[in-house]
Amino acid sequence: MEINIQKRVLEYERLKKFFKEKNVFVLNVMSSPGSGKTETLVKTLNRIMPKIRTAVIVGDICTTNDADRLQSTGADVTQINTDKFGGDCHLAAHLIESTAKEFDLERIDLLIVENIGNLVCPAEFDIGEDARTVVLSVTEGEDKPLKYPLMFRLAHSAILNKIDLLPYLEFDVDEAENNIKEVNPNIPVFRISATKEQGFDPWIEWLEKMVFSKISK
Amino acid sequence: MHELGIAEKIVEIALASIPEGIENPKVERMNLRIGKFASVVEDSLRFCFGIVVKDTPLAETELIIENVPVLVHCNKCNFEWEVDDPIFKCPECHGTDLEMLSGREIDIDSIELAD
Repeated sequence: MEINIQKRVLEYERLKKFFKEKNVFVLNVMSSPGSGKTETLVKTLNRIMPKIRTAVIVGDICTTNDADRLQSTGADVTQINTDKFGGDCHLAAHLIESTAKEFDLERIDLLIVENIGNLVCPAEFDIGEDARTVVLSVTEGEDKPLKYPLMFRLAHSAILNKIDLLPYLEFDVDEAENNIKEVNPNIPVFRISATKEQGFDPWIEWLEKMVFSKISK
Repeated sequence: MHELGIAEKIVEIALASIPEGIENPKVERMNLRIGKFASVVEDSLRFCFGIVVKDTPLAETELIIENVPVLVHCNKCNFEWEVDDPIFKCPECHGTDLEMLSGREIDIDSIELAD
């Protein structure tokens, strides 16, 4: 007897609907470990709050270091640790769902999910987000977008971070941007330095435009 | 890397799909569709599946996996083609306004129960 199932294994539509009902814009931020996601977000939150009321879910296998840094901005922050001795390599929709419900979403415009540092697995798992941003730092290789195409193909914007280090590196920043656009031709790419807070204006403008195109509180 | 989680989810969905009232159900086959752009390593998935089905009605299930190609449609000239390398540019008009028609699936089509 054959039983028809016709079901997507990784279900996230319910969560997408939930965020829509709550009128919350969800941004999934992904990168490899050490690209500067947290520093980028700290500086971003300092600029967009309180105009955009923001909460952050931070995923790591272990430690609350990132959450501690983000809390200094005044945003509501929740840390998810997947396992102390090596847990999941990504944040899945069911974890985001249970964690998001801990926030008072009526009072939040933007929920940022800082995913676990990994260019492979997080790309595969939709978490009901409205947009994805991938952060690539100039201390990585220019060819990362070609090596991890799914991550860059599905992103809605890309950040090239640590550009203040370019004088000390043999990193071809134009080649990196071209590689991103090979995989995702129309993606906006923002060149920034999170630590020196350079190049943030176009990124903030893009983010605010995205958020305000969805929410109307 | 994440195939174990996917295998667990597949088994969960399959078990919930077995109709009630069947005594000692046995799933003979499971039909899956997996896109080439889904970041699923088939060998890893089969390995993980073999672990999570122990002592369940899926213990001897044969996994039939249909690989779904990455098909892309160009919104400018309407050309459709299969992407081999992850370079997303229309080979006909060099347009970049593209839509991915398939290739990201991780779907369960059906299960087949033993009579």
